[in-house]
Amino acid sequence: MNRMYEDYYRMDRMPTIWCPGCGNGIVLNGFIEAFKNSGLDRKNTVIVSGIGCSSRSALYLDFDTIHTTHGRAISFATGIKQSRPELNVVVLTGDGDCSAIGGNHLIHAARRNIDLTVVCYNNSTYGMTNGQYSPTTPTGSITATSMYGFMESPFDLCKLVEAAGATYVARTTTFHAKMIPMMIKNALLKKGFSFVDCIAQCPTYFGRKNKMSTPADMMKWIRDSSVNKKTAETMSESELAGKFVIGEFVNKEKPELTAEYTKLVERLKLKEKEGAAYAKV
Amino acid sequence: MAETLHKRKAKAINIYRKACKACGICIAFCPSKSLGTDELGYPVVANLDTCTACNLCVDRCPDLAIEIIKETDNKPEKKGDEDGKK
Repeated sequence: MNRMYEDYYRMDRMPTIWCPGCGNGIVLNGFIEAFKNSGLDRKNTVIVSGIGCSSRSALYLDFDTIHTTHGRAISFATGIKQSRPELNVVVLTGDGDCSAIGGNHLIHAARRNIDLTVVCYNNSTYGMTNGQYSPTTPTGSITATSMYGFMESPFDLCKLVEAAGATYVARTTTFHAKMIPMMIKNALLKKGFSFVDCIAQCPTYFGRKNKMSTPADMMKWIRDSSVNKKTAETMSESELAGKFVIGEFVNKEKPELTAEYTKLVERLKLKEKEGAAYAKV
Repeated sequence: MAETLHKRKAKAINIYRKACKACGICIAFCPSKSLGTDELGYPVVANLDTCTACNLCVDRCPDLAIEIIKETDNKPEKKGDEDGKK
């Protein structure tokens, strides 16, 4: 194994359970690279994950990690951040975990603007349970539960989180592997809710059913169907159907929940002191 | 001419067979075609001279099984016992 990253992994857990060519490993390596570049302290960082293939990544990282119930990773992370605002809380979650069963938690964490970093491994299928369709499955693709093609429209998680009020929203893919550390680093250093959507490949359950049998074929599909944000602005909506727009969508400043809460506590303490002073007189 | 085009060169490409799952991503997307396959589908260094140390294979490897040592690096080359024989 590459010795540059050995410190950050639990080597007794290796190799990972992920299939050959799974995109989760690429996103995880990108996260480690981003964490190394961000200069944050590992002792001050908590990794929270839910259930799914992608959420296994918490088990492989030599950090303080917590592996929670399905869809509730962001809720647990909110609790950790509210009680210990000095910690850096990172949520590593999958698309089924954060957009389907945990969809409401995602929206409301973005609305509250709590300082979490959410990295979504978006492989557009439920890989751990043999490839059922998820909310982000592209229209027309064949999965275990849509054998004649998926009829519904996929979720655009970046637009959802942007509308809910997140302060940092970006999307990248595993083909654009050099972009992953850059975006996750920005997300880690951002004070406020930050969301990075990483399109990943699932060659075993998504690829094989959609005539992309090898991991390289799936990555070629990701390459061909991803569009830069600037190019996307010149394209019409029908041209953009089935494409992933990649880039940084939001990077703004907003009052953050835990900082505002600390301010409120201090203000009330001051008020209480003043009240006590009045009571003495 | 070739020397001026490829200023950065790799001293060694280490492939850790114990970690590698032979997915073929590094071979398919190598811009300089420096990697090839062996009979089991695992990557092998086909041509070290063409490698420009762009690190794309390292970034895209899901299992951290590949490592590039640049000419400027002072890292030691692969440890002897780390590569499991298959």
